[in-house]
Amino acid sequence: MTLRAALAILRKDLAIELRTRQSVPAMVLFSVTVFVLFHFGLDRDELDGPLASGVLWVTLLLATVLAVNRLFASEREDGALEGILLAPIDRTSVYLAKAAALFLYLVVFELVALPAFAILLLGPNLLDAFPALLAILLLADVGLAALGALVAGLAAETRARDLIVPLLLLPLLVPLLISAAKASQPLLALQPRAHELGKWLGFLALYDLVFVLLAVAVFDFLLED
Amino acid sequence: MAALAFASTGGRYVAAAYAVFLVLVLIWVAIMASKIARTERELTELNDLADKRPAP
Amino acid sequence: MYGKGLRTLSIATVLVMGAAATLTFFYAPLDADQGVIQKIFYLHVPLAIVALCGFIAGGVFAIQQLRTGGREWDMRSYVAIHLSLVLAVGALITGSIWARASWGHWWEWNEPVLVSFLIVFLLYCCYQPLRFSISDPERQARYASVFAVAAGAFVPINFAAVRMATAHVHPRVFGTTTGGMPTRMWETFLVALLGMALLFITLWKTELTAKSSREQLNRLRRRLAPETDEAAPPLAGHEAEQPPTEPVPAH
Repeated sequence: MTLRAALAILRKDLAIELRTRQSVPAMVLFSVTVFVLFHFGLDRDELDGPLASGVLWVTLLLATVLAVNRLFASEREDGALEGILLAPIDRTSVYLAKAAALFLYLVVFELVALPAFAILLLGPNLLDAFPALLAILLLADVGLAALGALVAGLAAETRARDLIVPLLLLPLLVPLLISAAKASQPLLALQPRAHELGKWLGFLALYDLVFVLLAVAVFDFLLED
Repeated sequence: MAALAFASTGGRYVAAAYAVFLVLVLIWVAIMASKIARTERELTELNDLADKRPAP
Repeated sequence: MYGKGLRTLSIATVLVMGAAATLTFFYAPLDADQGVIQKIFYLHVPLAIVALCGFIAGGVFAIQQLRTGGREWDMRSYVAIHLSLVLAVGALITGSIWARASWGHWWEWNEPVLVSFLIVFLLYCCYQPLRFSISDPERQARYASVFAVAAGAFVPINFAAVRMATAHVHPRVFGTTTGGMPTRMWETFLVALLGMALLFITLWKTELTAKSSREQLNRLRRRLAPETDEAAPPLAGHEAEQPPTEPVPAH
């Protein structure tokens, strides 16, 4: 029952996103802009190793904030939120749907943002970082989606929403950033190699597990009337 | 031994750290004091209010 | 009744903290590497540990609030978090002073405790604003509890991550040139930790007693003057004249 409701909400969100094309293109545009900013801010043509890893992951995180701000946008307009709350479903299905939507947005966004990064700023060949980078990205996306949807729910009905989201979300994402960046550093180095990959992937997986479970347990208390 | 400790520059840092801690606790005391004072004030008002009423 | 046992508790706190201070300056040996500067650690580390536990306790109380509803657990959670935030600021400032004294600069990225606390501090700074932005008292309590639970789970994970990410180049906190911590340092440290923990509990109970007194007063007022009937206000953002909860010192 929960899963079916979640799928229904997910389908609705994806349909809206496909039609209005708001979140994902904005994320892409934003990240390319940020790459340009970093080029000028750091005064570098090419990055590798820790610097490349840092720029990439910070940009991904900030783009996620953008998407999280808009995650409940369609529900806020026209009072659709009350409509969903009146339906006999768990709040958890709303959470699962939003988290899944955010995950999909992130995947699509990264399909464009990564090549953009490779073209604009990355020195070494991006393909050398695969498939390890893929594992890092997927695990990180789960974490980003899980926490993003939770914070979106927390902030959904507060007044200073667009301020609260980054201030709440970014510190919570620090462990994720640490693991993803540390794992990616050696992969993006001039001589790519995997170093301590297992340790960081393991930590990311643990982080994802803890917060998915926590969010699922706790989301029912949000959005209640 | 303690006197020697505070004379050195290192000692000044230690003193600064303990001073910060003391200040934080005292700020808390000050805020708590004003809260209690307010509670007392309002309790007095309430008592005056109760005095004015006929005994229940 | 939060006031019960408060006097005994506070006396115990005074005694233990007094003992800790005495031990720190008259009993614990001087550190071979850092000299007297190491004494800061008897303040900085207990502050950090108790703050950490306080944040987690705030999360546990929040779980109870979500499960049972009602104000009691919410108040306990709120006070625990706001006190831990103060202690966290203390940990940051004392840590910074220690860094300056030991290594010459006011910040040290290689100190995992300092860095973890900066992140935790940034996160919990949002707790009050989040509460203030929700006016309905019942919803405010619920959302605050959700935040407290997530943040409470975050604290140890964050600590682990920062620790894993930090290069171990600086001298260990504990130890003399012979390696390992001498017994006298350990004993002093344990007493200092106990003192800080007792202090936290005393302050927590005291603040809860003050809050609970206010609640009782409001109830009394409602009974004596039902015309001025107001439903129990939210913990944050209700009365304008209320003095603000402890300001975070700028640093």
